[in-house]
Amino acid sequence: MVTLTLDRLSARYGRRQILDDISTPPLHGGQVVALLGPNAAGKSTLFRRILGLLEGDGEVRITGTSSERPVAYMPQDNGATAVLTVYEAVLLARMQGRRLKVADADLKEVDKALAALGIDTLAGRDIGNLSGGQRQLVGAAQALVQSPDILLLDEPTSALDLHRQISLLSILRRLAQERNMLIIAALHDLGHALRFADQALVIESGRLVDCGPCEQVVTPQMLRRTFQVEARIEPCSQGRPQLIVEAAI
Amino acid sequence: MTSESSRASAEPPRPVAFAPAAAEDANLYRRLVLRRQLILAALALALFASLCVDLALGPARFGLDQVIAALFTPGSVEDSLRVILWQIRMPVALMALVVGASLSIAGAQMQTILSNPLASPFTLGISAGASFGAALALAFGVTLVPALVDYAIPLNAFIMAMLTALAIHFLSMRRGVTIETIVLLGIAMVFIFNSLMALIQFFASQQAVSAVVFWTMGSLTKATWPKLGIAFAVLAVVVPLLARHGWALTAMRLGDAKAESLGVKPRALRLEVLIMVSLLAAIAVSFVGTIGFVGLVGPHIARLLLGEDQRFFLPGSALCGALMLSVGSVLSKVIIPGTIIPIGIITSLVGIPFFLFLILNHKKNAW
Repeated sequence: MVTLTLDRLSARYGRRQILDDISTPPLHGGQVVALLGPNAAGKSTLFRRILGLLEGDGEVRITGTSSERPVAYMPQDNGATAVLTVYEAVLLARMQGRRLKVADADLKEVDKALAALGIDTLAGRDIGNLSGGQRQLVGAAQALVQSPDILLLDEPTSALDLHRQISLLSILRRLAQERNMLIIAALHDLGHALRFADQALVIESGRLVDCGPCEQVVTPQMLRRTFQVEARIEPCSQGRPQLIVEAAI
Repeated sequence: MTSESSRASAEPPRPVAFAPAAAEDANLYRRLVLRRQLILAALALALFASLCVDLALGPARFGLDQVIAALFTPGSVEDSLRVILWQIRMPVALMALVVGASLSIAGAQMQTILSNPLASPFTLGISAGASFGAALALAFGVTLVPALVDYAIPLNAFIMAMLTALAIHFLSMRRGVTIETIVLLGIAMVFIFNSLMALIQFFASQQAVSAVVFWTMGSLTKATWPKLGIAFAVLAVVVPLLARHGWALTAMRLGDAKAESLGVKPRALRLEVLIMVSLLAAIAVSFVGTIGFVGLVGPHIARLLLGEDQRFFLPGSALCGALMLSVGSVLSKVIIPGTIIPIGIITSLVGIPFFLFLILNHKKNAW
């Protein structure tokens, strides 16, 4: 099973320190980890550092994988309008670094990724004509089609309606378990984190301030300190923890 | 973890579907690929037809059957036909194809790496640099490589075009090779060379000014087998190098962040491709003068017909550019019988209405 460990990780843009000394216990495959933190805390930078797109001190240790490119990353959508169909855009993500010739096995992987996310009906559409939510699901398919062991998702639900937010997170959760994949998702909705994530990492101004099982990390104290909101966490009628936000401080 | 699992099972995954599930998408995609292959084949066929017509036209007119006979069984036709066709018309007709393909590929990849629909060898100042180099030779007899006086005009043009590209290359590296930097540097180059050209024309003799103006109109008539060989060799080297980056170049159109997330190194790729396509454009322009429009529109037509998957877009751009210039060559001979109008004028005059027709009649999102 794949395991990711961050050891004293740092990163800087020019002179500005963006990530500072981030260390985590080993994060194992088969679970969903929520990456939490206010805007500009360094969440996207952490993803880029894990992927090796940024240099810096410290080490990203990945064990238990035989894949050459074990990590796939879905950045926030930038609205690019290439003249490509959804199918081509997803195939393209799979074929990077490979030969020009497309094998049947690659097409099968694309079919699987589109079907897993329920966007197989969009296959022939131009990506420039999609809605924001549809584009986000295509982005998820582009990450998934690389058959990664570790999947990094930067705010994967930000453009989705409520139904699709819940659906996507349920699907990701199931895929993590089925494929023994480690999914780390930057989420702004802490209610979703409580509901779908096993663990949570909280970063604030580039430092890791908390890390552990989601229910232990997402607490009224943390919400007050990191997000400056007054909130309660109470069990709902079915016993699930429920986040109730009362006011911004 | 146990409570998490129970939560997951209490939450049966529902599809995110937008409509009922479709048939297997791979088959739809295979049909799309087949359609694109057919379009490429049709373009190649049209190109061959245009080449034959181009060869048949000239002061002495030949029938298409004679041309085809001279092409495939040169021994069976009269000497005069064979000589006119192979020695005089063939280099010009083939030069149209090679230059058209080179300019169109250069434009296609500039548009790709700069994510800018207006990018072409013109917009980056490469053509302007070439014109300035040629004008130096035409107006003042300046030869940048004194040993090769006979080739002063194309060599000057080539050297200035490449210097322009290298200047953009190195200056943009200081600012992190962003799209904006490259485009702005290109515009600066265009203005610099336009001013220098005006200066040359101000000081040069009337006769020299005419020569410069004629050169900037672009003309295929000076094509020879050796020049054709050089232009073709560059094309034959650059195209496989670009094809090798096919998937990465396609990913560039999704934006730098997305391309990076897929393992592409956008800045390094942008620099490499910039040099390769500058070479293509510089060679083309230095032999035939500034033929505008093909480098801008060839790729747009290819994009409308074939999309931006480089496996189809790259050969498609080459074929569209070659076809545009070949048809331009035909038209340049037939519009005023007995006069060959400079091809640069034809491509713009005929190409623009066709381009507008394509844009206005195409439903697809094309940029």
